[in-house]
Amino acid sequence: MSGAQTFLNRLEERVSERQAASLPEPTWIVARRQAAAARFEALGFPTRRDEAWKYTDVRRIGEGDFALARDAAFSKAAAAALTLPIEAIRLTFVDGLFSAELSDLSALPSGASVEPLSQALADNHEAVGGALGRLTGVEFSPFSALNTAFTEEGAVIRLAPGTVVELPIVLQFLSRANDAAVMSHPRVLVQAGARSQATVVEHYVGEADAANFTNVVGEILLERGAILNHYKLQEAPLGDFHIASLHVDQGRDSRFTSFNINLGGALVRNDLVSDLNAQGAEASYLGLFFAQGRQHVDNHTLVNHNAPTTFSNENYKGILGDRARGVFNGKVIVKRDSQKIEAYQSNANLLLSDRAEIDAKPELEIYADDVKCSHGTTTGQLDEKAVFALRTRGINEQTARGLLTLAFAGEVMEQVTVDAIAERVERTVAGKLPERFNLTELVDASLNEVHDTGLGEE
Amino acid sequence: MLEVKDLHVTVEGKEILKGLSLTVNPGEVHAIMGPNGAGKSTLSAVIAGNEGYEVTSGSITFEGQDVLEMEIEERAQAGLLLGFQYPVEIPGVKNVYLLKAALNAQRAARGEGEMPAPEFMKLVREKLAYMKMDPSFLQRAVNEGFSGGEKKRNEILQMLVLQPKLAMLDEIDSGLDIDAMKVVAEGVNSLRDSERAILMVTHYQRLLDYIEPDYVHVLVDGRIVKSGDKTLALELESRGYEWVTEESAA
Ligand SMILES: Nc1ncnc2c1ncn2[C@@H]1O[C@H](COP(=O)(O)OP(=O)(O)OP(=O)(O)O)[C@@H](O)[C@H]1O
Ligand SMILES: [Mg+2]
Repeated sequence: MSGAQTFLNRLEERVSERQAASLPEPTWIVARRQAAAARFEALGFPTRRDEAWKYTDVRRIGEGDFALARDAAFSKAAAAALTLPIEAIRLTFVDGLFSAELSDLSALPSGASVEPLSQALADNHEAVGGALGRLTGVEFSPFSALNTAFTEEGAVIRLAPGTVVELPIVLQFLSRANDAAVMSHPRVLVQAGARSQATVVEHYVGEADAANFTNVVGEILLERGAILNHYKLQEAPLGDFHIASLHVDQGRDSRFTSFNINLGGALVRNDLVSDLNAQGAEASYLGLFFAQGRQHVDNHTLVNHNAPTTFSNENYKGILGDRARGVFNGKVIVKRDSQKIEAYQSNANLLLSDRAEIDAKPELEIYADDVKCSHGTTTGQLDEKAVFALRTRGINEQTARGLLTLAFAGEVMEQVTVDAIAERVERTVAGKLPERFNLTELVDASLNEVHDTGLGEE
Repeated sequence: MLEVKDLHVTVEGKEILKGLSLTVNPGEVHAIMGPNGAGKSTLSAVIAGNEGYEVTSGSITFEGQDVLEMEIEERAQAGLLLGFQYPVEIPGVKNVYLLKAALNAQRAARGEGEMPAPEFMKLVREKLAYMKMDPSFLQRAVNEGFSGGEKKRNEILQMLVLQPKLAMLDEIDSGLDIDAMKVVAEGVNSLRDSERAILMVTHYQRLLDYIEPDYVHVLVDGRIVKSGDKTLALELESRGYEWVTEESAA
């Protein structure tokens, strides 16, 4: 039995379960499911002969046997320890299944709707069907086909024109340490109306011993003037496999900022695609990946400048220790007649060990002439002179390396405005620092304190 | 407090220090002078723990402890601090992080807890004012884009915060204009007391006008060939190094 067949059998299992439980599905879902399954069957899992998967071997996924999640049970206390400690509008999924118990939509403002996909489908499946799959179809990759075949749960976020959501909308995906590894194929759909604004956080985290497979597909549609900050904080358990694609369709004057932060997972692949379809559209991609042990993390980004006067700016930082492997592939395509565009890309990687490896490849395809584009990629080690200089001040070696590693990530991290995310990153990247590293606020606070008490005025 | 005995040091197979001995007691200020390439920076770098140098024989003890057995950071925590001739730029690490991490490391080594933030900020601001440095320096990356003079002030700022028992200053006067020199010298002088000692490397009498040494040593070709009091520096200033070399060869 081929690897792909194992997955198709699971799909059949699921379909007959639904039938037995008489959970009917809209015909369009059934049709798409069948088409996607056929597509997946034809494609099979990608191999390293496929250009897009040249450096990432997914055999460990393809040869695996992942059961279907049965329930979303998760202790409240255990979940609390994993949840980002921020006030938020929150949807929680356990192994891909929705947990109402661990979700909180009480702060949802009017004009915004945040729902699990199952609910959105039950309420009005036609309203979902038009948008779902419009950006990421089964052709995108075998994984998107697989995801589409399993379409069932996920998150649907809809913002009416002009809606401003102040609190972050957190989509929390918990991976549970099960007796048998499970898989989930969540969908994320964001439809942001004209001039709406929101921050969406996808947070992947779980129990340390988990070894599950998450295959998520996200689609974001930004209408004119919409502003969306998207954080992906992937700190999945170290045994997890994580495959994700996020496709963004940007209308006129829309602004999309992606923070793609990957700290966890055994094998991780992210595809991030923006289509800048009308003038004034702007995409900022900030990425940070940190891998240790034998972690493998692959980031593929693609910006399509489909219209004139569109802007993209990308900065990815990779930190690899031990025998970790990283991949960065950043592609920018400027269509013919897309004049007056600006596209900047930079990627820097830090190798903390001799055995860590990175494959970094920027790709620019420019078919217009009036453009400003630049790209660059660098790979280096920690500056041993700086390590020495810090140690001569009494700072121990581990802390010195931690400080310098964080400093490397600094350019990206400085722009993270959700403190709880910055803290998670600091702790993971810097290891055990003897004091809170992010001193900026502390310093400002104590400066004020010194002023207030007049202590500093002699 | 510092005892260097018959120290031999090689770099990439080349012998730089060829039997150097030096004793520094608490309360003393020592100046080391000598021609370029004599081994002055090598001496302070070896004491600080730079791993690029190989000590082939001899010993260094600090307050009875074998310095050569200590980790780089342990030396600093014990109160041995080097002010670099060429301070390193450390992009992304803010000055205030370095100061806080360094001070807390030193306190931890002494079994003390972290200094509370307000107390720390008060201390740092006092020392900054002393060095006539703008508070904005705290938020800047260590030495990044600093002028030569600012780098040197920054080295002394670290000393003032960390209060070393033995401060080693390698050409702290190079690249300083006269006003900066005064500020730096004042900073260094504030470290002087009966418990502490200073070992400074310089080429110029000018610094010694501001920081008066108790002893002046002449280091030539890996050895201290002559020692004296501060008048020796004046003599070197007017006569150069050659006569010392000839005298010692004789
Ligand atoms: N890493 C190294 N590799 C090779 N040679 C070195 C190295 N470091 C120092 N040296 C050599 O050792 C000798 C002593 O250098 P050192 O820096 O100690 O001299 P110095 O007395 O401080 O000189 P200056 O007054 O110019 O600062 C020089 O000849 C120098 O070239
Ligand atoms: Mg020197």
